[in-house]
Amino acid sequence: MEKMKQLENELLRMDLPHFDPGDTVKVNVKIREGEKERIQAFQGVVISKRKGSVNASFTVRKVSYGIGVERIFPLHSPIISDIEVITKGRVRRAKIYYLRKLRGKAARIKERRFK
Amino acid sequence: MCKGLIGKKLGMTRQFTSKGRSVPVTVIEAGPCVVTQVKTVDSDGYNALQLGFGEKKEKRTNKPLKGHLNKSGAETARVLKEVSVENPQDFSPGQKVTVEMFAVGERVEVTGTSKGRGFSGVIKRHGFHGGKKTHGSHSHRIPGSIGCSAWPAKVIKGKKMPGHYGHERKTVRNLEIFDIRPKENLILLKGAVPGHTSGFVTIRKPKFAK
Repeated sequence: MEKMKQLENELLRMDLPHFDPGDTVKVNVKIREGEKERIQAFQGVVISKRKGSVNASFTVRKVSYGIGVERIFPLHSPIISDIEVITKGRVRRAKIYYLRKLRGKAARIKERRFK
Repeated sequence: MCKGLIGKKLGMTRQFTSKGRSVPVTVIEAGPCVVTQVKTVDSDGYNALQLGFGEKKEKRTNKPLKGHLNKSGAETARVLKEVSVENPQDFSPGQKVTVEMFAVGERVEVTGTSKGRGFSGVIKRHGFHGGKKTHGSHSHRIPGSIGCSAWPAKVIKGKKMPGHYGHERKTVRNLEIFDIRPKENLILLKGAVPGHTSGFVTIRKPKFAK
């Protein structure tokens, strides 16, 4: 078991910032086109986070040209260049799937202010 | 060249390739195995190596086994398995075989004892579809008819029925080696292998190379 943990710990990305469901993040994803590598950003609201060592993942939702787009990223994936936390959101749930049914003004999330 | 190695399944996890692709892998702690006996055509009629792996308390090792192990200088062995070998003269009892015999990207076969499922029904054991779940049906997981009537007046041999399932020798072929870590004696195989975590498995080079 020790060896398994060690193996998994090697893969963990410790360089990424902490973020919670409800936060708006910008995920910079490395994209390979033949030989070239470029970075594409995916900005949206984190609607869920899944735990589990190397298996951890998070879902980012954005509305692109009126169509909701969700992307699930493995948290420790090497394709993630970096993550920027744009705003912290104030939500009362760990999984904010209710956002899927809301659009326009109703789909806003209050910003969390720190005293 | 030795063609196999004994290992212990440590469990499954995921790894990422250099391109960022996630790969499900099984981690096996394989070797180092001690050659406990060399069998040759002259002495036994066929070429093989007997390998020993793991630790066993001395108290639990019986005298015949102790005597057998002493011949090769191996101190302890939990499991003994035979693997085929091309040139048995290259090996001598007491020699150690490690994961370095394999290479990354190579395809291997893994043999182990599958998980025991006890007495199981036909759906789990043979993949039957089962009956209706609703609409007043009472035949949810039963096998249904098992044969004809007055003729042949018996159930045909080999009819798939409920019974003991699992805990049998199973081989999975064509598993790709994802990574090898000689320092920790670990071998990472793409995909699943038979058996429980901490079960013993044999990793072999394919019998029929492609």
